[in-house]
Amino acid sequence: MEPSSLSNKPNSYNYFVVALFLLSAGLVFGLLGALQYIIPGFLKEYLSFEKIRPLHVSSVVFWIILAATGSTLTYVQQHTKRKIYSSFLMKAQLAIFVFAIAIILISYIIGVFGGREYWEFPPLLALPIAIGWILFLFNVFKSLKGLRNQPVYVWMWMTGCVFFLFTFLESYLWIFPYFRNNIIHDMTIQWKSYGSIVGSWNMLIYGCSIFLMDKISESTHYSYSRIAFSLYFLGLFNLMFNWGHHIYTLPTHDYVKNISYLVSMTELLIFGRIIYSWKSSLTQARKNLHIESYRFLLAADIWVFLTLFLAILMSIPSINVYTHGTHITVAHTMGATIGINTMLLFAFCFDILKSKNNAANTNHKYSLISWAFTNISLLIFWITLIVAGVLKAKWQMAQTQIPFSSMMKSLQPAFIIFFLAGCALVLGLVAIIQRILRSN
Amino acid sequence: MVSESFKYITATFLLVSFLTYSLVLYFHSPPPLGQSTESTAAGKLLWQKYNCTACHQIYGLGGYLGPDLTNVYSKKGIQHIKAFLKTGSNTMPDYHLSDDEIESICDFLKVIDASGNSDPRLFIKNSNGTIQLIQ
Ligand code: HEC
Ligand code: HEM
Repeated sequence: MEPSSLSNKPNSYNYFVVALFLLSAGLVFGLLGALQYIIPGFLKEYLSFEKIRPLHVSSVVFWIILAATGSTLTYVQQHTKRKIYSSFLMKAQLAIFVFAIAIILISYIIGVFGGREYWEFPPLLALPIAIGWILFLFNVFKSLKGLRNQPVYVWMWMTGCVFFLFTFLESYLWIFPYFRNNIIHDMTIQWKSYGSIVGSWNMLIYGCSIFLMDKISESTHYSYSRIAFSLYFLGLFNLMFNWGHHIYTLPTHDYVKNISYLVSMTELLIFGRIIYSWKSSLTQARKNLHIESYRFLLAADIWVFLTLFLAILMSIPSINVYTHGTHITVAHTMGATIGINTMLLFAFCFDILKSKNNAANTNHKYSLISWAFTNISLLIFWITLIVAGVLKAKWQMAQTQIPFSSMMKSLQPAFIIFFLAGCALVLGLVAIIQRILRSN
Repeated sequence: MVSESFKYITATFLLVSFLTYSLVLYFHSPPPLGQSTESTAAGKLLWQKYNCTACHQIYGLGGYLGPDLTNVYSKKGIQHIKAFLKTGSNTMPDYHLSDDEIESICDFLKVIDASGNSDPRLFIKNSNGTIQLIQ
């Protein structure tokens, strides 16, 4: 099962190099965006916020997508103990993604948009992304050969492959005037698809993390268990039906909101449970052998609890009405994409890219420091966003409101701490990225 | 261990429910409030072309550097909107919009305004956790 049995450099190596590059770029754009919060008009002529925000969000979203597909392709091979169905398709997928992402980022820089939030690029560029994904799906399905007697992570990978494609295409229904011309209908379908897209890449990532946990503990006990499958189906149920918690104040059908409210509450049972019971079963020796990956799994575990706690509160409409439209939403989004997704992807990076006799891995002290520094910075970053959100929520609810611009000015101290914590976070993340690249 | 047939049945059940729900939502659109015209449709595409969403929210959804614009039409009036669109502000870019573009964006914001209200103060919070717009 060791990655070295495939060859010293895994055939997914380039996926991770590109992914880590995009993450680094995303961090720079994030800092520039935060600066625009504290210095109004900063870089307005060249890279105003309507460019910086999509540059930041798309870079980090593609970090997640590339690292998640790269990890899945690697672990599929380790699971089947065979090479991937087609190395050519794997290279083609990466080439198409790199080509599309480069054009997307350039189009943002020169101010060419046309899409909607999170996919702001001109809709034509969605085509190569969809084609690249179809190659990925085909390759994974051909390699896995069906679901019979497979562990839960295989179900999760296949689910993630199919649902990403479906929901990504669904998020483009707006190109038909039938959907686009009724703005409320359009926003309903938009958030239906967005909610499920995130659930889809989470299926890939959580699948990989269960695979890795099996590998570390050398036991397949969990991945075939009743509890693992129950939580998988519960996760799938949420992916399909909980997205309405994004649009409680939108005047769309009441049943959309009621279904989401009920379904969201079942999230209370998800995921944390699996890692929790897995962790307590590990011996110290196994932990030490995989210490880098283990630490990041542990960090993700803590962030799962924090994020789920916040998410569940925000899924209650009468609380959501306060938090909606504030930086509490951003705290939730970045908390999940950094604390859970990025931490788990780092765990996979260390596992997949480490070579047998590397020196970097033995430098435990430095690795512990960068890990702890990143997580503490992230915690401050996250709390500051929540505080900024609470202050804005108070403003939104006040009977007599000061003007928007005065409110934003009064939040300056929070935004300054946000920026500083962001700088610390970037330092920590860059140290980790550097360690990953050197560990090969 | 979970039996294979139980897994297939559960997965099929979920999948069929999901597809049904999706189809219902595609074809059962919420009643369109406010009159859509060619100009409002053009306004929506301009909203996307200039990525106004990066800084502004509609019904609380979007970026957070600028204010929510759901009801700016009725709260501040068309002249106020036009003033911003013509010159931008300290943070907001001046897009050098043509008069037609400005009209279309205003029409778009007018339709959104007519579709409902996003002011959180206007919602009653029920004890079961649900909310309701004050009529
Ligand atoms: C880079 C960020 C940014 C972008 C992009 C942007 N705006 Fe703005 N906009 C702002 C900010 C910030 C304000 C508030 C300025 C103030 O109150 O001093 C504002 C104010 C407004 C207002 C007045 C709102 C009010 O309540 O007074 C309107 C209308 C508006 N923008 C429309 C648009 C439209 C339409 C677009 C796209 C064509 C757009 N904006 C793009 C940042 C932006
Ligand atoms: C791995 C690292 C990061 C990831 C995955 C990430 C992800 C995201 C995502 C998904 C959003 C969209 C939020 C939403 O729509 O609710 C966002 C917004 C943002 N992020 Fe990050 N982020 C990261 C690091 C940073 C850093 C280090 C900074 C710098 C301080 C930063 C600053 C911002 C800003 C300013 C926004 C825009 C908020 C707004 O809409 O007004 N991010 N980020």
